[in-house]
Amino acid sequence: MAGLDVRGLSVSLFTRGGVLPALSEVSLSVQPGRTLALVGESGCGKSMTALAIMRLLPEPPARIIAGQVMLGDTDLAALPERRMLGVRGKAVSMIFQDPMSSLNPVVTVGDQIMEVLRRHEGLTGRAARMRAAELLALVGISDAEARLDEYPHRLSGGMCQRVMIAIAIACRPAVLVADEPTTALDVTVQAQILELLKRLQAETGMALLLITHDLGVVAEMADEVAVMYAGRVVEQGPVDAIFAAPLHPYTRGLLGATPSGGTAGRHTRLADIPGSVPSLAELPAGCAFAPRCPLAFAACAAQPPLATLAPNHLAACFAAQGMPADAAAGA
Amino acid sequence: MLLQARDIGVHFATPRGLLRAVAGVSLEIDAGETLGLVGESGCGKSTLGRAIMRLVPIAEGELLLEGQYITRLEGTALKQVRPKVQMVFQDPVSSLNPRRRVGSLVGQPLSVAGWSRRDIADRVAELLAQVSLPKDAADRYPHEFSGGQRQRIGIARALALSPKLVICDEPVSALDVSVRAQVVNLLKDIQDRLGVGYLFISHDLSVVENVADRLMVMYLGRVVEQGRAADVLARPAHPYTHALLSAAPVANPALARTRQRVVLQGELPSPVSPPSGCAFRTRCPFAEARCAAEAPLLRPATADGQQVACHFDFSERFAAQATGVPA
Amino acid sequence: MAVATPGLFRRFARNRAALLGLIILIAVIALALAAPTLYPRNPLRIVGPAELWPLQDPRFPLGTDSIGRNIAAIIAHGARATLLIGLFASLTATLIGVTIGATAAWFGGWVDELLMRLTEMFQVVPGLVFVLTIVSILGGTVQNITIAVGVVSWTGIARLTRAEFLTLRDREFVQACRAMGMPDWRIVLAEVLPNALPPVIVLSSLAVASAILFESAVSFLGLGDPQVASWGRLVGEGRTLIRSSWYISAVPGVAIMLMVLALNLIGDGLNDALNPKLRNR
Repeated sequence: MAGLDVRGLSVSLFTRGGVLPALSEVSLSVQPGRTLALVGESGCGKSMTALAIMRLLPEPPARIIAGQVMLGDTDLAALPERRMLGVRGKAVSMIFQDPMSSLNPVVTVGDQIMEVLRRHEGLTGRAARMRAAELLALVGISDAEARLDEYPHRLSGGMCQRVMIAIAIACRPAVLVADEPTTALDVTVQAQILELLKRLQAETGMALLLITHDLGVVAEMADEVAVMYAGRVVEQGPVDAIFAAPLHPYTRGLLGATPSGGTAGRHTRLADIPGSVPSLAELPAGCAFAPRCPLAFAACAAQPPLATLAPNHLAACFAAQGMPADAAAGA
Repeated sequence: MLLQARDIGVHFATPRGLLRAVAGVSLEIDAGETLGLVGESGCGKSTLGRAIMRLVPIAEGELLLEGQYITRLEGTALKQVRPKVQMVFQDPVSSLNPRRRVGSLVGQPLSVAGWSRRDIADRVAELLAQVSLPKDAADRYPHEFSGGQRQRIGIARALALSPKLVICDEPVSALDVSVRAQVVNLLKDIQDRLGVGYLFISHDLSVVENVADRLMVMYLGRVVEQGRAADVLARPAHPYTHALLSAAPVANPALARTRQRVVLQGELPSPVSPPSGCAFRTRCPFAEARCAAEAPLLRPATADGQQVACHFDFSERFAAQATGVPA
Repeated sequence: MAVATPGLFRRFARNRAALLGLIILIAVIALALAAPTLYPRNPLRIVGPAELWPLQDPRFPLGTDSIGRNIAAIIAHGARATLLIGLFASLTATLIGVTIGATAAWFGGWVDELLMRLTEMFQVVPGLVFVLTIVSILGGTVQNITIAVGVVSWTGIARLTRAEFLTLRDREFVQACRAMGMPDWRIVLAEVLPNALPPVIVLSSLAVASAILFESAVSFLGLGDPQVASWGRLVGEGRTLIRSSWYISAVPGVAIMLMVLALNLIGDGLNDALNPKLRNR
């Protein structure tokens, strides 16, 4: 089974107001059976990355202007749309944030699953129905056979997300892209869905690209983490290193702003990052985080490169690159 | 006591029958104190907040604000009480009228209260400074601001008439992590300075534990557990509270790998036809025959005021698990 | 609080067709305003030989009709009647429609039921039949036609206003207004209504066009005010000579067509300009 390897992916938005850099030189890779969490706040480009990988970018205004999305030996970014149709939903699948609106409300759950089976596996009739029921059982829906004939509005949000996952894994994809799969769900249901994703990954060995803003979810799920800010990957590394010794001041800010279960009490003050995420139209020159950064200095007027500072641990920050990694961790 | 609610019940007529969105909820909030209210969507926490605001009709029970019965006030009498209780809403987009300038939005409660134009302008400037918005914000429209700034506008509006109690209904749920901390800190600063009481409604335990003095957990319209926030979080006594704490992801990969998790099965039952006896029994890992027959009442769980609505005593067992040490 | 926001005209003018519509409308308004100066005498008076083709005599650039009246004068004066009826009928319809739609949505329950059933009653009666009935009972004066057209055109506006109000009613800013003790009437008029109006304005501009068509139809059938110059009436009067002097019907026909087209283009342009979702394209 092949993993996913994104190399130098850049996406621009061609709008009336000018060309905006939505993604700049994003490189990521996820190995089979592993989970890469893509973390960042709204507008940082994490969903844009997912859509670019799936070739589902809203065109216009968005367009891939550079880079490759390698799935094994195939560059998805260069595939003609006709061939991409055979890849999407088969080799690479995606689940979305809002399960209720991701399912077609006037088609039964069963028909929506069987549609994928018919298209990619050539299964029809009895065989497709049996496989669809199997899939529903696999994602933990009881009484699967009967549920096939239900319409989505009869199911809760958690159930709909399970159905979405069933559709996504129907063809045993090599890569599953999950864009905020639990953000719209309650915590107890979120725990169920995360557990399910872990179990399915262990059983099928698929690579999981998990997009989330929730560092708690990252800690629970990820093997590797990539932190994005203003369309760039600013830090990347193994999950333990990211949490224990974050290198980029933005990552440190995010971690500081996240109340970390159990220890924080009423009278501790959360560390906050001043200001707010800049819009693409008014990105500062150089490091986009510099205006909010406590460590910013003259050099930050230029764009810092993503450099390896510890084993498998990269950061795009002049301040972090100037000092040893363990000193940064202590800060 | 700033606010007292006794046995509040809120009912809605739905096509499928009477929905008891809130049933028999009692609570107290003191000046300068924060009561955290947690639960999953559909547990009635927002409805309770709106009932205290007198935005939805209260079917049962009594509300006392500074000792005055406000449950059934109408007209002018209600209008006189309103300034004392204000609300910060969840959605920073839909809670601000897009066609009004910020100055007009923040000054609205003052204009309703009959302030003069001049006084309003002065007070608005003061309020904007209080929530750290630039002076020229008053002349701009809400859409020119980011989510966090819009939430500051909403907070300024809520503070305009110097309320005694502010109901914060998921005030940071729609915000980015880095901005969330700013708004939480702002709310805390305001409380320290003005001594307002907060009812802080949230589904996110990690936020509530950072702001709340006391904590109330709701399930299907009823309170299942309450007490000092630190106690409830460290020694949950109700299986539901324990499951909520356990389900909340912790931002610590090492702990996430080692700790024991209870993943609740199933989802919230329909509030129109709740299960008999204890409403939580259909998802409770410890449910027994008694739970279906008999609804548990809120009873003291410990000596220092923690209360729980459960037939059994789990606090010891949960406390052992919460610290990560296997029981 | 004005509905117009800065840049509204710029966004409107980005739509070329809408700009063309606006230019036609302004030209018609100018013609209507200039009519008393250009043709100070009664336009329905006989001034020359009958059935003079356009451009045949420089005194009658659009020719004369079957009994020798100046078509250009009728068109110019007719523009006044057409514009007034269109404008006031649309205003009447908007006033009725917004009131009924807003009341139904705001109060809900049986009020909503009652008002919506009433709306449906008006919707199932064919508009023209209704207008003709009213006009034939009350007489074909300009006022009666205006009111009759207004009374048949409000249903769409009422439904749209109701839908807008229903979505706005549950917004948190409305709850915030309630929480600060703002009286209902003020919430409706000052908070909800300005947010509900943009799509209603679009529909109202289209209602002007349909009102003009109604007026033309009524006048074409000879039920209009015989003392008032009207485009529709001229079309009707010219129809007997359609084989020989077709221009008598065609000239006012083209005028009506251009006017309705212009209003539809303006409506489209307003829709684009007022729709916040399209704003940043």
